[in-house]
Amino acid sequence: MSSSYLTRRELLRRSVLGAAGLWLADGLAFRAWAAAATQAGPGAAAKAAAGGKAKSVIQVWLWGGPPHLDTFDPKPDAGNDYAGPLKAIDTNVPGIRICELLPLLAKQADKYVLVRGMTHGNNGHETAAYMTQTGRKAGERIIYPSAGAVVTYFKGSAEAGYKGQIPPYIVLTEAQGRFDEAGFLGSRYKPFATGGDPSQAKFMVEGIVAQGVTDQQQRDRREMLHSLDTLQRTLPGNPSLKALAKSEDQAYDMILGEGAKIFDLTTEKDDLRERYGRTKFGQSCLMARRLVEQGVPYVTINSGGWDTHKDHFQAMRRKLPELDKCLATLIQDLSDRGLLDTTIVWCGGEFGRTPKIDWTPPWNGGRGHYGKAFSTFLAGGGFKGGRVVGVTDARGDVVTERPVYPCDLIGSIYDRLGIDLAAKLPHPQGLDAQVMPVAAEEVPSAGILKEIV
Amino acid sequence: MPRNRLIRFAGRWLAAAVLAVAGTFTAVAAPPNPYEGRSAAASHNQIDDIVFARLDKLGIQPANNTPDTVFMRRVYLDTIGTLPTEAEVLAFLNDRSPDKRDGLIEKLLARDEFADYWAMKWCDLLRVKSEFPINLWPNAVQAYDHWIRASLRQNLPYDRFARELLTSNGSNFRVAQVNFYRAVQSKEPATLAQAVALTFMGVRADKWPSDKLGSMAAFFSQVGYKATAEWKEEIVFFDPGKAGAQIPTLFPDGTKAVLAPDQDPRELFANWLITPKNPWFTRNIANRVWSWLLGRGIIHEPDDIRPDNPPVNPELLALLEKELVASKYDLKALYRLILESQTYQLSCVPASTDPRAEVNFAFYPVRRLEAEVLIDAINQITGATEKYSSPIPEPFSFIPETQRSITLADASITSPFLELFGRSPRASGLEAERNNRPNGAQRLHLLNSSNIQKKLQQSAKLRALTQQSGKSPRDIILDLYLTILSRYPTNEEMRILTMESAPAAAPVSSSSSSSGSAPVSGNRRGTADLPWVLINSAEFQFRH
Repeated sequence: MSSSYLTRRELLRRSVLGAAGLWLADGLAFRAWAAAATQAGPGAAAKAAAGGKAKSVIQVWLWGGPPHLDTFDPKPDAGNDYAGPLKAIDTNVPGIRICELLPLLAKQADKYVLVRGMTHGNNGHETAAYMTQTGRKAGERIIYPSAGAVVTYFKGSAEAGYKGQIPPYIVLTEAQGRFDEAGFLGSRYKPFATGGDPSQAKFMVEGIVAQGVTDQQQRDRREMLHSLDTLQRTLPGNPSLKALAKSEDQAYDMILGEGAKIFDLTTEKDDLRERYGRTKFGQSCLMARRLVEQGVPYVTINSGGWDTHKDHFQAMRRKLPELDKCLATLIQDLSDRGLLDTTIVWCGGEFGRTPKIDWTPPWNGGRGHYGKAFSTFLAGGGFKGGRVVGVTDARGDVVTERPVYPCDLIGSIYDRLGIDLAAKLPHPQGLDAQVMPVAAEEVPSAGILKEIV
Repeated sequence: MPRNRLIRFAGRWLAAAVLAVAGTFTAVAAPPNPYEGRSAAASHNQIDDIVFARLDKLGIQPANNTPDTVFMRRVYLDTIGTLPTEAEVLAFLNDRSPDKRDGLIEKLLARDEFADYWAMKWCDLLRVKSEFPINLWPNAVQAYDHWIRASLRQNLPYDRFARELLTSNGSNFRVAQVNFYRAVQSKEPATLAQAVALTFMGVRADKWPSDKLGSMAAFFSQVGYKATAEWKEEIVFFDPGKAGAQIPTLFPDGTKAVLAPDQDPRELFANWLITPKNPWFTRNIANRVWSWLLGRGIIHEPDDIRPDNPPVNPELLALLEKELVASKYDLKALYRLILESQTYQLSCVPASTDPRAEVNFAFYPVRRLEAEVLIDAINQITGATEKYSSPIPEPFSFIPETQRSITLADASITSPFLELFGRSPRASGLEAERNNRPNGAQRLHLLNSSNIQKKLQQSAKLRALTQQSGKSPRDIILDLYLTILSRYPTNEEMRILTMESAPAAAPVSSSSSSSGSAPVSGNRRGTADLPWVLINSAEFQFRH
């Protein structure tokens, strides 16, 4: 029944789309973008490759604001009101010490950079999340895309060499909600949120893996859909309907093609899965490695629970060992597979937490929001490990040397990826927008991290 | 005539029954598709005279008329953003009055959903959103949305609508119109001027030379803002003593402006703007309403009016402007004029391959439904509801699940579906902010997500249609088509589906054209998947 139709379509798909999923291939047809894209666009990125050799980014996003004093910038001599009960331990790099609850990470300090000079001064979750992930000032006329969307714009299209069937920008497992990752680039540059839980027996990736539907049923249903898609067949040349058909091809590439296989974690060795930890966070890190292995340019692991105003230290005793296990295994695994040189891992939140501890009820040892000084973890992608960038004072209150503003960090990541920092971004209304802030935007900056490349 | 259509679209099984009743009726050839009526386009009003004259001059043949089923679905979706129910479809098809299309248009213009749907559109343009980057905040959003919706329901003349938005003073909670000057990303006079130019002139003033923008900004340099003791309450008022206040001297068309002592310059500006002679005011709204209904402006994009972007059919735009002025800016009268035209009611199947056909309105262009309309339609069919979330804590933002998405006041209140399907972020007020372009992630969601699967599988409404004991597969198919696609299945569709429905082992019965007697046991797969198939069809997702 109407199999010739299906066959024609399949043939067309195979010949026109080739092996590539081409999630963003039609981007340049998007009306208002066309003009801008000829000046900027993925082609420009390829031309301007600045020497960075990184290919992918894994962003481990610790929503809520992890405490710099209890993670990567310990101040053991600052007294109980600042240091609290947690001690610092040595790492395998002399002179670099981190929190005692991160012993696995302490064994591989040679592989990462601790950026202790992070600062933006904003203490609101949404605003700070926007600032740290876009490198821009909040409240301006233009709503900028996050680093993930910018990287996807330059590295996620077929023109830029990404030929995977998986969407080029993935978030494990939920999008950030209050923060619009795509900004003015629009909904096509939003991350694909997997939903589900990779630590479950079967990772039910939303839209890709459906409960109780076999591949054969999927194929049968698709055939039935084609045989009854009367409008589609009545208007074969209609551009809008062609776009719909193409989106369907992309969807089925995921459902029946390599997409569903990549999300199947049961093919990984059990002992490696254990090392990551059988938690949502741990298995998300493993999933992220599998995705960058397939060339996916940007993966965000969205991990919350860091807004610890109350009972902060109990929370740290729970959260830090998990972070240690997941992040250390991720770095080791990427390194073992030779992927660390081409994969940037950055881990941090929207701000740090107040150095001074509030011991009074109801906080019982709590730390508040703190944007003046905080730490971000950075590894791979050509960044030289075993380094510290920036210094805070004896209590972690202020950055005293080498401040690093959000745009400095993000710009360094772009630079390692070979993205031209002066390239234009296609604003749909034709407003001037560049990858990095221009002087007129008055975004504070102390320069990209040349010292660690 | 309705009977003919009924026969054509009911398929041969029903045709047989009706033929028996009609007796002498002679069978007609099956139409090539369910989207074209049998009759050629025929002028219905002045719009058609002008459009067809132009098409004639270009040698382009207009598409055929629509069949009643297609017209009905289209006019529901375009006028009230709502899918017709099966009962509504049948009532319309069975209506024998010759002017039933005009009658239906009248009914739809009077429905509450008309105000809901067009309030959604205006809230896009007026950027009604609690949070970043507009930061209107919930109380003001509710007040503003309420005023917009009430204005549309009462059909407030458009000139008054514009004047109230431009010149009001007072608290953002109590005088909702003042939120026009708050729903902007900055309160600089130049930003306010750009918002006014975009909204009421259809002009992108950010592309103007800076001196021209500067002279317009002067009219908005005395808009004052003052906080009160109430949380997020703000008074917007005429503040002649404001720092940086300027005396306006020139209107955007270059004519001289003379501000009287103690006059609010916004009043002076409104007096200049809101008159039939103004080169932008009437033209902008006439062109916008046309583009909303026909998918494309006579000047396109509708919010990019400039000298080097001329109307494709100047007589047509002039007619709409003239009619709008004559009706004293009665927007519903303009909707009526357009909806009743043959041009609006043309089939989506072009009769000409001329590349100029589309921009000259020779057929109705298919367009994907807006995110809100699409999910409302799916929920209407399945009886499911939608979970909304807002970053703002309750009680400001609690929305019951049963509320329809087109009625959401606040762009900060949302659902994953609305985000995925390109709902307007309401950041700039540009029409193009809404993104109806299909993408792979959207397809995955409709084809295979737990969200949609749940709605379909747990639907008591669909179960009631498909699992009545003794109901024949044909009747089930018929009900599903009427409910989901607002039409009868074609012969070919029915043939395919009854083959699907037949027991796998048994040969297809030679009497498969008789209704009512097919065994129910074999039809499970076909009719069980049919709602999924129809919802995933292009026809369901696109207005056509």
